[in-house]
Amino acid sequence: MNLMRLLRGQAAEPGWFDFPGGIHPPDNKAQSLQTPIAEFPLQAQYVVPVNQHIGALAVPCVTVGDQVLTGQIIAEAAGFISAPAHAPTSGTVTAIEDRPVPHPSGLTVTCIVIQADGQDTWRPRAPWPDWPARSHADLLQRLQEAGVTGLGGASFPTAVKLAADRAHIDTLVVNGAECEPYITADQALIRERAPTLYRGIEVVHKLYDFQRILIGIEDNKPDAIAALHAGLQALPETLRQRCEIRVVPTRYPSGGERQLIWLLTGREVPSGGLPMDLGMLCHNVGTLAAVADAVIEDRPLISRITTLTGDHLRRQGNIEVRLGTSIDALLAWAGLDTAPERLIMGGPMMGFALNEPGLPLVKATNCLLVPTEQELPTPPPAKPCIRCGHCEQVCPASLLPQQLMWFAQSREWDKAEQHRLFDCIECGACAYVCPSHIPLVQYYRAAKGTIHREKAEHQQAERARIRFEARQARLEQEAAEKEARRQQRAQAAKARQSESATAVDKASDPVSEAVERAKAKRTGEQGTPNTAPTANLSAEQLQARLDQQRDRLAKAEAKLADAAPEHRKAMQMTVSKLQQQIQKTEAQLQKAES
Amino acid sequence: MLVASSPHTIGPVSVQQVMFRVWLATLPGFAALIWFFGWGYLINALLAVSTALVAEAIILRLRRRPILFFLTDGSAVLTAWLLALALPPLAPWWIPVIGALAAIVFAKHLYGGLGNNPFNPAMVGYAVLLVSFPVEMTTRWGMPAALASEAHSLAEAAQVIFAGLRVEQTLVDGMTMATPLDVYKTETALTSAAVVREDPLFSAGWRLYGWEWVSLLYLLGGVVLIWQRVISWHTPVAVLASLALLALVFSWAGDQYMPIDLHLLGGATMLGAFFIATDPVSSATSNRGKLIYGAGIGVLIYVIRTWGNYPDAVAFAVLLMNFAAPLIDHYTRPRAYGEQRT
Repeated sequence: MNLMRLLRGQAAEPGWFDFPGGIHPPDNKAQSLQTPIAEFPLQAQYVVPVNQHIGALAVPCVTVGDQVLTGQIIAEAAGFISAPAHAPTSGTVTAIEDRPVPHPSGLTVTCIVIQADGQDTWRPRAPWPDWPARSHADLLQRLQEAGVTGLGGASFPTAVKLAADRAHIDTLVVNGAECEPYITADQALIRERAPTLYRGIEVVHKLYDFQRILIGIEDNKPDAIAALHAGLQALPETLRQRCEIRVVPTRYPSGGERQLIWLLTGREVPSGGLPMDLGMLCHNVGTLAAVADAVIEDRPLISRITTLTGDHLRRQGNIEVRLGTSIDALLAWAGLDTAPERLIMGGPMMGFALNEPGLPLVKATNCLLVPTEQELPTPPPAKPCIRCGHCEQVCPASLLPQQLMWFAQSREWDKAEQHRLFDCIECGACAYVCPSHIPLVQYYRAAKGTIHREKAEHQQAERARIRFEARQARLEQEAAEKEARRQQRAQAAKARQSESATAVDKASDPVSEAVERAKAKRTGEQGTPNTAPTANLSAEQLQARLDQQRDRLAKAEAKLADAAPEHRKAMQMTVSKLQQQIQKTEAQLQKAES
Repeated sequence: MLVASSPHTIGPVSVQQVMFRVWLATLPGFAALIWFFGWGYLINALLAVSTALVAEAIILRLRRRPILFFLTDGSAVLTAWLLALALPPLAPWWIPVIGALAAIVFAKHLYGGLGNNPFNPAMVGYAVLLVSFPVEMTTRWGMPAALASEAHSLAEAAQVIFAGLRVEQTLVDGMTMATPLDVYKTETALTSAAVVREDPLFSAGWRLYGWEWVSLLYLLGGVVLIWQRVISWHTPVAVLASLALLALVFSWAGDQYMPIDLHLLGGATMLGAFFIATDPVSSATSNRGKLIYGAGIGVLIYVIRTWGNYPDAVAFAVLLMNFAAPLIDHYTRPRAYGEQRT
């Protein structure tokens, strides 16, 4: 209720700015916070996909049979936006093949399969206790080679984000909100490894020299907030003065990048833009801890903290697990009791359902949720929209979700875009409150997908049209040039002929006859080129000409059938001209024969 | 394993619950109606609701839609219920029946059923009745219990409703009267406000006669709905504010214009503002749109009551603004996060 917020005079309150909408689903975080972060035992086999980040696929740089060491690069970054993949443990590469990976569309992707040798022997490491003395380029290169990506969910290569133009960036937003229900990976990380997190902040601060560093965290994580405050005290004075821990109210989706920036600064990231446009960088706490490990310890991103939760698991909690571990093995370790109805990677609001448990864990796997039917019931069949407007009240992007759904249903893409479909962050708040249980987000995803596809198709068609027209113009030009050359030759020949004719004009009668013939021929050429004078032609010659003309007609007709609309008229004329010529020749042939 | 699109969890509110909560919020006002004006309201409600359910079931069958799935959503019950609250309590039995039929068959299902009706079905039903049967719709209001020589029982009310005017002429005359809005309007035209105020309907302070109580209880129900977030505050606040503002502006001429308290607490203002105008299907969607939509209703209520032929105007005001809702929506799309300010 905006009126209430207005009455509370929220804008004047220090610390945070209210964003519109949002919901309060049961947070279900306690069950996975009972135990400290566990270490998952080494497995016999790891499957490392080459697409664990946004951007170009990494390219495998090992071959089957190779011995690899822990932390060794096994797939290299390809292109500007990309990240390498590392061996999660030492062992032998046993296969490089396409395997299913965690992806909303059940994608299969090249995976490097490693049979572990159980030794977990590291490649030579070079920790940098003296990291503050290193250059920006060195730090960035180290980050790039460590394969660090955004661990909040999007998996954008961190080194690429940190390579941004430094001049105008003055604020670092540290995202520790973790608003999604069930997930506690960030909370567990903060409460146990706050010093590492602050090291990461220091590294990034070295790159940018921020004016202020805002750490956002929801008020339902008192233990993590305490750890943050304790860690802050250990920071050097100059840095500590620029750091602010901002406790924000618990309201989903406060941890969305755009929402958190609004909460902490009262500013909006422009539509289609990035936080950089406001001079801000936003990093997840897990990412920053990984940055510290990579730069200071020379420990590339080969493991992450994942929350195992849901009532189907007897052992719920957070676990540090190597990338490429089979999800099956994790669930078995957590005491999965029966075959689950659903397996969700990520949280209940924005996670996606996996269609099989045998997939590898990847850099983006912040949570594995195995709920029982009682816990998260399957939604009942959707009823028609009653336009109650609850969705609009909770939309953090101030969209009109129900209007968007109508437009998506009636395939009015232009109206959907006009109503800012692409500003939808797919947080699912609208679908959560919908009393008709309409899968709204699914409509938006489908609409976005269709619009993208149609735009791509349109562009392709446009390119094809331009290509066709260019080809047509080239052919016409070639034909024109050919014709010009032919005429040139004909003229030259004529000139030669008339010269020689003049030379022998008065010599003999046959010559004058020839001149007559040439004259006749010239008049013929000045007329339609294909209807040469026929007076002197034999029936055989006429027959040959007729065959030739028919041949040409057949070709022209075939061309007409394939012709683009804009060329059709010209082709039509050619065909009818040829038809006339054929009629004429036929008549002459008849005459010649009789 | 089940693979579905996110989110994988649903909130606690369903369509049935929305309908049920709205229905529940009308109950205090409904109880007051029965307390002050007799059992006719209950009979009306039962007639309207049962007619609506039967009509909905038949239409769903004709439209080959799942019958129980839609019948149990509670929307037909609520439509008929709201209609019955607006009908004169001693109207003949066929009034609620025809009204409910018009609402469900014409206003709801001919436009595509739940969620697709451009007009508020209950108000369509009411308007059909008011235009078609003006006598039955204006003269059968119950005499407030405090004014009637003897309180009428459920049996008596049923007799009037089902047996009709001709059988119990005297009883009906002793039991029915026009509404305060009607009385005020008719009588000020003949005399002056001062004289009208002497009418027992006003002079005794109408706390006795119930209208004020009914309205205040509707207000209470509406506030509960806003608190529960079933409805947003925008529409009712806009309706009441615009109506009150106009009533204040014109309050200098008491002989010509009704006083503000009568506007706000007389007639169907509170019922309309909290339960009719907030019907989401036929109203504007954005918050700003709802403010405009509600303000339009408030203005139209005032205009029709003051310069129109009908003593009350909620139904027509709501229906007219239903027409305008798509246009309002077109011009009131809120600025999205990150969208350039224009």
